[in-house]
Amino acid sequence: MLTIAGTEFSSRLFVGTGKFSSATVMEHAIAASEAQMVTVALRRVDLENPDDDIMSHLDRDKIHFLPNTSGARNADEAVRLAHLARAASGSRWLKLEVTPDPRTLLPDPVDTLKAAAQLVKDDFIVLPYINADPVLALRLQDAGVAAVMPLGAPIGTNQGIQTALQVAIIIEQARVPVVVDAGIGAPSHAAQAMEMGADAVLVNTAIAIADDPIRMAAAFKQAVQAGRQGFAAGLGASSTSTRASSPQRGFIGESLNFIEE
Amino acid sequence: MHIVCNGRQQEIDQGKTLGGLLEDLGLPADSVVAEINQKIIDRDQYATLKLSQGDQVELIRFVGGG
Repeated sequence: MLTIAGTEFSSRLFVGTGKFSSATVMEHAIAASEAQMVTVALRRVDLENPDDDIMSHLDRDKIHFLPNTSGARNADEAVRLAHLARAASGSRWLKLEVTPDPRTLLPDPVDTLKAAAQLVKDDFIVLPYINADPVLALRLQDAGVAAVMPLGAPIGTNQGIQTALQVAIIIEQARVPVVVDAGIGAPSHAAQAMEMGADAVLVNTAIAIADDPIRMAAAFKQAVQAGRQGFAAGLGASSTSTRASSPQRGFIGESLNFIEE
Repeated sequence: MHIVCNGRQQEIDQGKTLGGLLEDLGLPADSVVAEINQKIIDRDQYATLKLSQGDQVELIRFVGGG
């Protein structure tokens, strides 16, 4: 069971709600994923289209909401968005994102740490999205965040866990849950993160833009479960020299030695 | 009088409340968060809070995101 800030989750797959072709597809994909934590963003109401309300498609009795601060370019904007998110959701949970460069959407470590410290003081449960920087992850834990969310690769790239070595160090050092976020483009990537000992993964694009998002959501559910089981079972050590799986005696060969044994 | 609502100039009646504005826009009050001049407004004030000339109103809600 995954526990973050005292709340238990039986699913280790978090799902984002962006980029789905329709709210109905999103709703079915979330159901198929069996995710209990979903992220949402805050934006101005489209006054031309006032009925377009995602909340009517999400069952808050079953799903834990994790509003993000996407769009924030600095700490001040992130703090402002966080307070709006709390007013909108009535919840202290927050995925902190500070992304000054719209081209890469890579997180700003300095302003993320600054905003995290402020939001912890303001009584938020803060889950910061960060580059896979083990030192920053520790600094954020010192500041009181509830989890850290290092990226596998830049948002939406589907490139997998490009940051594996740093993520492994973050996991090894972590005193809070580690949720690998961003870049997870295939179920195998999610399984890899879980085998490494990540506590959870967050997937959005890979599910939302699949030909069949509902089926992909189910595939990610299975991959996360398989990866976690693999980690829990204890992976064998890897080696560069060969170690035979079959017995190295009693070969059936020219000599037929085994007959003489 | 004029206000700016979600970046758009809007003419409203004198004495219009925030709740009245939401009603005009067809927005259920519990589906949005309102910020006036960068101050978040409690939902229980929507019905009584009168808008003033030049107010910057932001109406915000959750959308899909990762």
